[in-house]
Amino acid sequence: MRIPCPYCGERDAREFSYLGDASVARPATDDAAAYHEYVNLRANPAGPHREFWYHASGCRSWLVVTRDTRTHRIEGAELVR
Amino acid sequence: MKFSALSLLRHALTGNREWTPHWRDAAPKPGYDVVIVGGGGHGLATAYYLAREFGIRNVALLEKGWIGGGNVGRNTTIVRSNYLLPGNIPFYETSLKLWEGLEQALNFNAMVSQRGVLNLYHSDAQRDAYARRGNAMRLEGVDAELLDADAVAKLVPQLDFDNARFPIKGGLLQPRGGTVRHDAVAWGFARAASDLGVDIIQNCEVTAIERDASGRAIAVQTARGRIGAAKIGLAVAGNSSRVAALAGLRLPIESHVLQAFVSEGVKPLIDGVITFGAGHFYVSQSDKGGLVFGGDIDGYNSYAQRGNLPVVEDVCEGGMAILPMIGRLRLLRSWGGIMDMSMDGSPIIDRTPIDGLYLNAGWCYGGFKATPASGLCFAHLIARDTPHPVASAYRLDRFATGAVIDEKGQGAQPNLH
Ligand SMILES: Cc1cc2nc3c(=O)[nH]c(=O)nc-3n(C[C@H](O)[C@H](O)[C@H](O)COP(=O)(O)OP(=O)(O)OC[C@H]3O[C@@H](n4cnc5c(N)ncnc54)[C@H](O)[C@@H]3O)c2cc1C
Ligand SMILES: [Zn+2]
Repeated sequence: MRIPCPYCGERDAREFSYLGDASVARPATDDAAAYHEYVNLRANPAGPHREFWYHASGCRSWLVVTRDTRTHRIEGAELVR
Repeated sequence: MKFSALSLLRHALTGNREWTPHWRDAAPKPGYDVVIVGGGGHGLATAYYLAREFGIRNVALLEKGWIGGGNVGRNTTIVRSNYLLPGNIPFYETSLKLWEGLEQALNFNAMVSQRGVLNLYHSDAQRDAYARRGNAMRLEGVDAELLDADAVAKLVPQLDFDNARFPIKGGLLQPRGGTVRHDAVAWGFARAASDLGVDIIQNCEVTAIERDASGRAIAVQTARGRIGAAKIGLAVAGNSSRVAALAGLRLPIESHVLQAFVSEGVKPLIDGVITFGAGHFYVSQSDKGGLVFGGDIDGYNSYAQRGNLPVVEDVCEGGMAILPMIGRLRLLRSWGGIMDMSMDGSPIIDRTPIDGLYLNAGWCYGGFKATPASGLCFAHLIARDTPHPVASAYRLDRFATGAVIDEKGQGAQPNLH
């Protein structure tokens, strides 16, 4: 698998580490149920998945990569902001 | 038809041409007392125990593909009960005890082989952790022996004891652990369940879960039509999120791929199961002579049923660190299976917030050993609506309440469990 880093170009997935689903958002409140949802519950789709990857052995940016979980095909990567 | 020495001989003499199918290929009826979704080991075992232990025989088991095509036929066949946490030890020990009597109960040769599982340690800290684990096991009546390097060298002289980076200092041995022929487990449960009246229905994917006005789950839509059910149990390892989503549920689960490897056949080399403690590698030898081995999951969400090369390299490095001689072997096959990685690395056997819908999920990469106990406990839950005592910690709400069972201490990071 090769990930197209916006800074470094297309690089081997070995340079990155994975942090899971990028679609979950930290709740604005301190409501326990909302935190449970944020920390634990996942859509886990079979298909396109927006996910966090950290380019540890490159520019050390956090990226949001869109990848198809059925084929491992990567559609694109953008910087996290 | 019952297997016996006599029946095997009779069939041998007629050239093994007169065997009949081992379970009925049933067509779906309009409705059942219980519908189990998923024809892997866990679903089949559940159907079997529902009929045998709880007398519920009007049961259908629905499988989207064929019996044994999922993880039950993709795993590396290791069974053991060397767990540390209180929620886990009694459950996995119950499972190991069921394995020990399974072949008699099913009248089927599953090649249950208690050759021992040896976890190597490479540092003082790791030895202490294994001593603690071994003590926890023995307190629960589970067999465990802490071995030093000399004892390991006697048991497995072919290991590399001169590795400067990861010296083998000893190991934790569970003599009653070992391997079981995975396909035979599916076939044995299918045959026994079918004999008790369970309808095993293949090529029958569940595509929707129907609910009535009160919200209760009452039927499934399938590739072979609508099937009504008083109770519906999901046992669809790897696909739990997708099937639960049919009922509007979000689960604390991600799907990840785990790869397995088989080498060409060689003469007897490894007796039991050996795991490399400083990395992640486990190996055993099949009766045909192939080395069966694996390591870490690929580490990102996947439904692809195939892995990627970095993990192949990582697994082989782990193998070379303890058994350099395997560098000369050729690989015959490798494949991937998709597993439910739960947020704490432990399984879920529970009712769901939806009446009539029951969940068996989150087995991560260790659920094969759980097959008989998982079936027994899930059947108990469905039949009695209360958890079986040895599975009472496997609650779905434990993530919300904080009562997680995190053997690895990694937190809510499925790719690290
Ligand atoms: C490579 C690998 C190695 C492993 N090694 C070990 C090991 O050594 N020891 C160990 O204890 N565990 C191991 N495991 C884990 C173990 O295999 C699983 O945890 C366990 O087998 C899962 O339960 P199961 O057998 O019921 O799943 P499966 O056999 O996967 O059964 C689930 C079934 O559900 C069906 N299904 C899915 N969706 C639907 C639908 N909508 N409708 C109808 N049917 C559906 C699937 O087709 C499948 O047949 C390993 C796993 C892998 C992938
Ligand atoms: Zn970069």
